[in-house]
Amino acid sequence: MKTKKAFAKLGTTFLWSLLTIITLFPIYWMILVSTRTPVELFGKPDLSPTFFEKVHWKNFTKPFLDGIYSDYLFNSIIVATSNAALVTILALMATYALSRFKLPGSESIFFWTMTNRMAPPAAFLLPLFLLFSTVFKFGDFTLFDTKIGLILLYCVFNLPFAIWLLKGIIDGIPRELDEAMIVDGASLFTIFRKLIIPLAAPGIAVTSLLSFLFAWNEYLLASTLTSVYARTIPTGLSEFVTTTGTNWGTMAAVALVSMIPALLFLFAVQKHIVAGLTFGAVKG
Amino acid sequence: MLSKNKTGWLLLSPTILILILVGLVPFFYVLYVGFFKWNPLAVDPSMQFEGFALNYRRLIFDEVFLESIWRSIKFSVVTLTLELTLGFLLALSLLSSFPLKSFFRSVHTLPLVIAPIVVGSIFKLFTVQGLGPLPHLLKDYFGYTLNYGLNADQAFWMIVIMDVWHWTPFVTLTLLAGLSALPQDPYESAKIDGANNFQIFVHITIPMMVPVLIVVIFIRLMDSLKIVDEVWMLTGGGPGYATRFTGIHIWKEVFEKRYYGLGSAMSILYLYITIVICWVLYSVMVSRGKNED
Repeated sequence: MKTKKAFAKLGTTFLWSLLTIITLFPIYWMILVSTRTPVELFGKPDLSPTFFEKVHWKNFTKPFLDGIYSDYLFNSIIVATSNAALVTILALMATYALSRFKLPGSESIFFWTMTNRMAPPAAFLLPLFLLFSTVFKFGDFTLFDTKIGLILLYCVFNLPFAIWLLKGIIDGIPRELDEAMIVDGASLFTIFRKLIIPLAAPGIAVTSLLSFLFAWNEYLLASTLTSVYARTIPTGLSEFVTTTGTNWGTMAAVALVSMIPALLFLFAVQKHIVAGLTFGAVKG
Repeated sequence: MLSKNKTGWLLLSPTILILILVGLVPFFYVLYVGFFKWNPLAVDPSMQFEGFALNYRRLIFDEVFLESIWRSIKFSVVTLTLELTLGFLLALSLLSSFPLKSFFRSVHTLPLVIAPIVVGSIFKLFTVQGLGPLPHLLKDYFGYTLNYGLNADQAFWMIVIMDVWHWTPFVTLTLLAGLSALPQDPYESAKIDGANNFQIFVHITIPMMVPVLIVVIFIRLMDSLKIVDEVWMLTGGGPGYATRFTGIHIWKEVFEKRYYGLGSAMSILYLYITIVICWVLYSVMVSRGKNED
């Protein structure tokens, strides 16, 4: 019996090692490609690691120091950060209202915000394109190809998600606590500052990190609704495909750099990622 | 009491306003445009009304569009089956302890946070002819030629493999969370009654996991019906129509051919099909929840 169990353990470890190799191998190859010159990439693929002295740094410096990719990176940082901040603040307000006030129809409102998350973005490309470029006009200013446009747009999928995630947390804070503060004459702002935000802090952190990640990773809407000034790093990545004679090394380098926030957040959100991706329907 | 309600609405209003602006208005706009013939590149670039719901009547006979929907559904069912089977097995294996478990689990989480467009890039670099190691390895060791730029079946299955690589971890981790939360009493009494592992799995684990399974199916189906980014990166919808899923088809009709009216009607139908599928699953989810209460 004991040996049988030991074998089972060994087998499981072996299968998971295999799986880990399958997961990491394509990423490892991308890292290799990003360190090599076009000549080195020609011919039979060489899977041995590149020595540090031999890294072809031009793959990184060319797009990010001389090219437009530094602008794309800057746009991505601005859009994702602002969107995460906006979404977190608005969702906190909305969730508090949904959780504490018995508003008529609040159930339907909650459900309606959810439907925004379910809809396929491809179905909204044309109307958003037309609305952003011609209909929503303030003098000469349109939302098309602006960072503000993208920041507002990403609320469509991030707000429902954030409300859903925060609702469970705010519902969990006992009502008696804020009622006691109201009796003492505290304003709504004070309640948020002294009670809700400190108690919900971990949830708020996870919500804003995941919102940042979703905004950072979004491609389809950004590629359709920007042309020059507000392009983000995922749209830049797709530009490699259309240009003739793809420079694979540079493409791999850009893809690698665009993965950095995801890798940084992985450790912070790992425990909460299940709750985050299932809308809190399954606790991680 | 009225002033209290007012505060509530005041707190909700920015959220509602933004969602109307970028969610509801575009929906009604696309519904409206769908009733017109509108091609800004045609001789007459204005919107024309040609008769009630003509675009929709056209779409019923539009084979390319209908095939793209069928392809999307087929893709969703195939990936869902593979991801559920694999994810369930992996989640079960993570319940026992074995060496390096937490390391394996962390690596397994990695694909989840990578952007779809980056996943597309990773797979492009890995599998493209003349650069990627995969075609070389297959050729050298198995004599198999992988060139999804020409072979339609290979292109479809390449996308399936990519999706399984990207999203199986989500299924694994969600099911693991569900499995860890199951009550232990039924297992103990089953063991006392002398049930074997397989019987326990079929008669206890699966029935108790149904609510979590439905959540996973709901979310994965919703997302795989939407798929665009990684396919666009890897195959661009080709070769021919082999990987032209509905989202990509709409993008091509609208932004390459500039069929605004027809594209809008497609968008509405696409939305309708997604909502119907989601609604059916959602009502199953809700009714099961009620049965348990």
